[in-house]
Amino acid sequence: MTDTATSRPTVIVDDLHIKYKTFASGKAANSTRALLQRQRGVRVVHAVKGVSFVAREGESIGVIGHNGSGKSSLMRSIAGLQQPASGSVYASSQPALLGVNAALLGDLSGGKNVILGSLALGHSRAEAEENYQEIVDFSGLEEFIDLPMKTYSSGMAARLRFSIAVSRDHRILLVDEALAVGDKEFRAKSEARIRELRDQAGTVFLVSHSMRSILDTCSRVIWIDHGNLKMDGDPQEVVDAYQASKN
Amino acid sequence: MTSTDLEALASENGLERVGARPPLHRYLADAWRRRDFAATLARYRLQASMSENRLGMGWVVLRPILNAALFGTIFGIIMPSDTRPDNFVPFLVVGFFIFEYFSKSLSGGANSIVGSKSLVRSLTFPRILLPVAIVIRQFLELIPMLIVMMVILILLGEPITWWWLMLVPVMLLMTMFNAGIALITARLTVHVRDLSQIIPLVSRVVFYTSGIFFDLERVLADQPDLLMLARLNPVHDFIALVRGYMVSGNPIEPFMWWIAIASAVVTFTFGIVYFWKAEERYGRD
Repeated sequence: MTDTATSRPTVIVDDLHIKYKTFASGKAANSTRALLQRQRGVRVVHAVKGVSFVAREGESIGVIGHNGSGKSSLMRSIAGLQQPASGSVYASSQPALLGVNAALLGDLSGGKNVILGSLALGHSRAEAEENYQEIVDFSGLEEFIDLPMKTYSSGMAARLRFSIAVSRDHRILLVDEALAVGDKEFRAKSEARIRELRDQAGTVFLVSHSMRSILDTCSRVIWIDHGNLKMDGDPQEVVDAYQASKN
Repeated sequence: MTSTDLEALASENGLERVGARPPLHRYLADAWRRRDFAATLARYRLQASMSENRLGMGWVVLRPILNAALFGTIFGIIMPSDTRPDNFVPFLVVGFFIFEYFSKSLSGGANSIVGSKSLVRSLTFPRILLPVAIVIRQFLELIPMLIVMMVILILLGEPITWWWLMLVPVMLLMTMFNAGIALITARLTVHVRDLSQIIPLVSRVVFYTSGIFFDLERVLADQPDLLMLARLNPVHDFIALVRGYMVSGNPIEPFMWWIAIASAVVTFTFGIVYFWKAEERYGRD
């Protein structure tokens, strides 16, 4: 950690809180001038409770924790897709999130999703068409590319989403279990692509339940437990403590 | 490190807050750079909706025709009255076709953010592109609708004149108005989801107050206050302008143009600012 402790910070998470409100019967404009004062079935889920850390250039950070511990909420918030209830996230450039639930438009064919995804990532029309073949080749879904995406299996959809997302170079990359669904061959291919991106880019976050791939690819591990940052440090130490807590 | 230390470290290294709302000019420039995304999204969605039905694109024009036929039968034959204008069938057809453009922009705009949750949650882009894509799609559907409308008018014996070209500026103004409405309802339904239940009702109210199957000027002739209020409804004026230029026997009053232009500019500008103000809210819940 000595070599990275002094390098430039790329992501700063400052006392981040994330809350979800779920309503059984409706949703008011906001709490101060609510449409109906009394609401039934309101439940606030406090998913992330005051997490702070600094990520620096050249780090690959593993994020571990049991299901529902707030890892994905944290990742979405770093990517700017989930607004924090309080606290903030600062980043040196727009972070890109590769998630399993990064659903695109199910009614459209895989090929059209490739084009739309590229355009949404900020490519121009010409670039999107130029990258098209490369993305389709990487996904290995050539024969299904004209079928609507809703007919894809979860593995196929994840492959396509991953291929679209990595078609652009990102300085900050968040990988949220995006590799868990692919088959072995595709996983190897995508892990190689992630390493490549990490070498070019500054920082990679990897959410995974596979301790093997965390230990293989990460230089630092953050353990999130019930929305709190429980431990942050050397991969082996954190993973050992995490596994000890489960038994 | 404390919170203030982290904040200082961030500004020291030139880090920016993620998901922060950019200033309006940068926001619009960013949206303009990704205009291809909105246009492509609109086109693909249109194609997808076409392929779902056997008649495909046919429904775009069939719906207003069937509506016009239904109302024409009920109010023209079963319950005729003297509030019906003389040239009733072309009057009715124009009313339905133009109103359809408004009502679909209204309902589509209301659904544009809440209905694209997965897209909003997985990709970062200026959210304004979603309601804009809805209006682009409605505009693409409008073109065949207008062509069919013209064919119907010709078949009904309306003379083709140079005035028909006035359809272009009127429809451009209406597109601005519809875009503003779509932007406003897109944000409102994010705040209050219940509104999506009321939108069809709102659409109905506008339908009945826009004089689609009756002539407002005649119905409200002896109630000047109500007539004044009805004339202020921009949808009525857009329809009245199209009728004025394309269907004989419908005079155009200058106030129609004033209300059309003012409502287009005001609604569009207000819609953009109002939508942009809540940009940070759209990823939530």
